[in-house]
Amino acid sequence: MSKNRVSRRQFLSYSLMGVGGFMISGTLMPMLRFAVDPVLQKSGIGDFTPTPQKVDELTDTPVRVDYTIKDRKDAWYESDVSYTAWVYKDGDAIIALSPVCKHLGCTVNWGSEGHPNEFFCPCHAGRYTKNGANVKGTPPIGPLDEYEVMVKDGLLYLGGTKPNTLV
Amino acid sequence: MLNKIYDWVDERLDITPIWRDIADHEVPEHVNPAHHFSAFIYCFGGLTFFITVIQILSGMFLTMYYTPDIENAWKSVYYLQNEVAFGEIVRGMHHWGASLVIVMMFLHTLRVFFTGSYKKPRELNWIVGVLIFVTMLGLGFTGYLLPWDMKALFATKVGIEIAGSVPFIGEQIKILLAGDSEILGAQTLTRFFAIHVFFLPAALLGLLAAHFVFIRRQGISGPL
Repeated sequence: MSKNRVSRRQFLSYSLMGVGGFMISGTLMPMLRFAVDPVLQKSGIGDFTPTPQKVDELTDTPVRVDYTIKDRKDAWYESDVSYTAWVYKDGDAIIALSPVCKHLGCTVNWGSEGHPNEFFCPCHAGRYTKNGANVKGTPPIGPLDEYEVMVKDGLLYLGGTKPNTLV
Repeated sequence: MLNKIYDWVDERLDITPIWRDIADHEVPEHVNPAHHFSAFIYCFGGLTFFITVIQILSGMFLTMYYTPDIENAWKSVYYLQNEVAFGEIVRGMHHWGASLVIVMMFLHTLRVFFTGSYKKPRELNWIVGVLIFVTMLGLGFTGYLLPWDMKALFATKVGIEIAGSVPFIGEQIKILLAGDSEILGAQTLTRFFAIHVFFLPAALLGLLAAHFVFIRRQGISGPL
């Protein structure tokens, strides 16, 4: 028998706290895990999607390429969703930039009025150079994302986005 | 008749002290606009609560028609506004009340600030008030998405990007709000609905209760 005997009162208190803690965590744990499930899902870099853009026709000037991901899965909802990329050739490499502004997620345009030879975001006048680098002193805090690029049968295929590798 | 019912209940449950304690208290002269008209600045807190009650009631009724699903959300809002009797009024109450409650809350904050009412011993109530402010802004942000029109969608895209700019855990917060790492869609809408209709109102009611208990314990701050 150790010197520090557990009194009846302490024993009851520990038991109740243990059982209570078990019941509370047993109730809360499933709900919390349920709520954070999307955070723990792997962000699957999507498969490559064909675009209507012929690779031969690309030049060193960015062109707007609109394409559609068929049956994109959004939880229980599947639909065709259109995407946009700005694509140009840098030597032999094909560069496809995401049009999503890194300031607040508006959509940037190449060569809009008053802003030749740069990407311009109309929301807060964010500017990017051709390779997607954000112009210092404008709102964006990083360069435009790049799409994964693949060429098949002379057509451009685009995959998921990745951080800009050119800047 | 009503008196008899009241007496019958009071005899058994002794409810008089309860409502006396809640309702029967003095309003100091310096906060009563009947004495000094300038005391109307003390009304903004009560007006905030009054509009909050309207928001809760109109919101409860809106959910009788509203459907938090990307196929039907916009249609259900269109239907309840244009086809249902008084739909324009009920949605209007919720729509305009949402802006007005922020305005009233801001004026209340200014009043508390400029009368110095946040000072000892009322610091805790200021903190609770700031939490109420944040909760209200959260309610405004999550409610804005629910009609699922273009304005709502893009405002939420921008809002989620702002949430994503939090250092270190921004990406996690972003996904937790949107329900998906890439898509702002079906799961975002259901999440925002749940947050708007259950989580934040629950938090708000708890905070309001604390706010009111504090003010009853400490009393209204003295005249300037």
